[in-house]
Amino acid sequence: MSQVKVKGIQRKVIPGFGLTMGFSVFYLSVVVLIPLAALLFNSTGLTWGKFWQVATDPRVLASYRVSFTTAAAAALLDAVLGLLLAWVLVRYKFPGKALFDALIDLPFALPTAVAGVSLTALYAQNGWIGSLLEPLGIKVAFTPIGITLALMFIGIPFVVRTVQPVLEDMESDAEEAAATLGAGRFRTFCKVIFPNLLPPLLTGFALAFARGIGEYGSVVFISGNMPMRTEIAPLLIMSKLEQYDYAGATAVAIILLSISFLLLLLINSLQRWVRRTSR
Amino acid sequence: MAGKEPVIASPSLQGSISTAATEPRWARWLLIGTAGLVLLWLIVLPLVIVLTEALKKGWSVYAAALTDPDAMSALKLTLLVALITVPLNTVFGVVAAWAVTKFKFRGKGLLITLIDLPFAVSPVIGGLIYVLVFGAHGWFGPWLDAHNIKIIFAVPGIVLATLFITFPFVARELIPLMEDQGVQEEEAAVTLGARGWTIFFKVTLPNIKWGLLYGIILCNARAMGEFGAVSVVSGHIRGETNTLPLHVEILYNEYQFSASFAVASLLLLLAMVTLILKSWFTRKDAH
Repeated sequence: MSQVKVKGIQRKVIPGFGLTMGFSVFYLSVVVLIPLAALLFNSTGLTWGKFWQVATDPRVLASYRVSFTTAAAAALLDAVLGLLLAWVLVRYKFPGKALFDALIDLPFALPTAVAGVSLTALYAQNGWIGSLLEPLGIKVAFTPIGITLALMFIGIPFVVRTVQPVLEDMESDAEEAAATLGAGRFRTFCKVIFPNLLPPLLTGFALAFARGIGEYGSVVFISGNMPMRTEIAPLLIMSKLEQYDYAGATAVAIILLSISFLLLLLINSLQRWVRRTSR
Repeated sequence: MAGKEPVIASPSLQGSISTAATEPRWARWLLIGTAGLVLLWLIVLPLVIVLTEALKKGWSVYAAALTDPDAMSALKLTLLVALITVPLNTVFGVVAAWAVTKFKFRGKGLLITLIDLPFAVSPVIGGLIYVLVFGAHGWFGPWLDAHNIKIIFAVPGIVLATLFITFPFVARELIPLMEDQGVQEEEAAVTLGARGWTIFFKVTLPNIKWGLLYGIILCNARAMGEFGAVSVVSGHIRGETNTLPLHVEILYNEYQFSASFAVASLLLLLAMVTLILKSWFTRKDAH
């Protein structure tokens, strides 16, 4: 009781609010907010007319299309495979499980440039997998399929690591009830388990998608960077910068950033949904 | 749960339920096998390729690639950048997590979202914004030029871009952890007359240490491995503004594949050490 009273009189019992809050806001502003503001209040002479001209340029539009379709395809495939990996990790016991679990995080820890060169070596015409697919007429490296594969690699841990904790916390009583009522295992999964896994799956999908839209390092090597076909939006920013077209680079970046903001808001509300439903 | 009658099942019934609530043996092994193949294809194969490509032309080429002066200076720069950025973002992460989790204030949700922001921004944009601030045509470009200070296409630019990219890592790890732990222990320490620093070092830090270490190694892995953002601001000057990931790219584009993969294998080693430490910290944390 006495603690509640103390709390009532003096709202902040623990010391350090002013200092920690002040430092956090200062550091956040200097490192993140002010530089990001440079994008909007830039000195590159970007006018509305120029912005519109860049934004509707066919090459720019094509780069967004490539980024969107490959990131969406990769995130979707990751959602399916990630669910399988998380399921196996949570529900079953098998030898080598700890190693299995640790390896899932490799894409988080491996520098993207390394992933890029190694995937390109793997899927190039003379690579281990590329040479197997070549006779079948399937080209992976330097096509959108290659970009999708690179983004799948980058995105898979996001799905596994969002689905895994929800699956771990899931009570088995509903499943057992379904079983006693005569539901088959597959039906139980579809009707009882899957609806509970939908929020984390969507969150994982959105995280992988958001990461895929902005990804650069793992993609540039395998994509071949052909304008209109395999040029992703982040790469277009890079090539505009290399041609000293700062205004053009800024315009492409503003659009890309707006999309990322929308995705971030979506992810935040999805995560709130996960927390509500898994409670 | 109060008011619910506990259901007591007979042992035989319970046995049949728990087998009914799992998959038949063949299905289990089919799923495990498929998952294993997926892991092998998606994650293990790219890992193995790095090593086989690096050693394709033998150990001498491998050793030569790593002892090359440009590679050595890239390694030094990578270590230097991590040495500056990781401590700064660690201090920020701890301070921000303290502010967010130990107090109630308006706009907390907004602050957390803003801390997360660099995760959502493309690395290329993370580099571009510093070009717009400090580059020749940027806000401070003319002033910096007049005072002969170089930030873009120099080491400070690389540090800043890395700082931006790795900004959320430690805070992101600590906020949920400290949120779960609540404020009771700290409040008790206040009642007993402890001061701020004492509370942090004696009460809070022991509770968060494994999570903190986990955040630091992830931050470090990203700081050493960042490619996109650093690529924008580096200028790719060999021996001066080349980090290890950029060196991998340069060698690759020059068709020196074995050398490129040799340098890449160093970064792979970094990733493996990170993963090993990570699982060690999580295991410690679970105890």
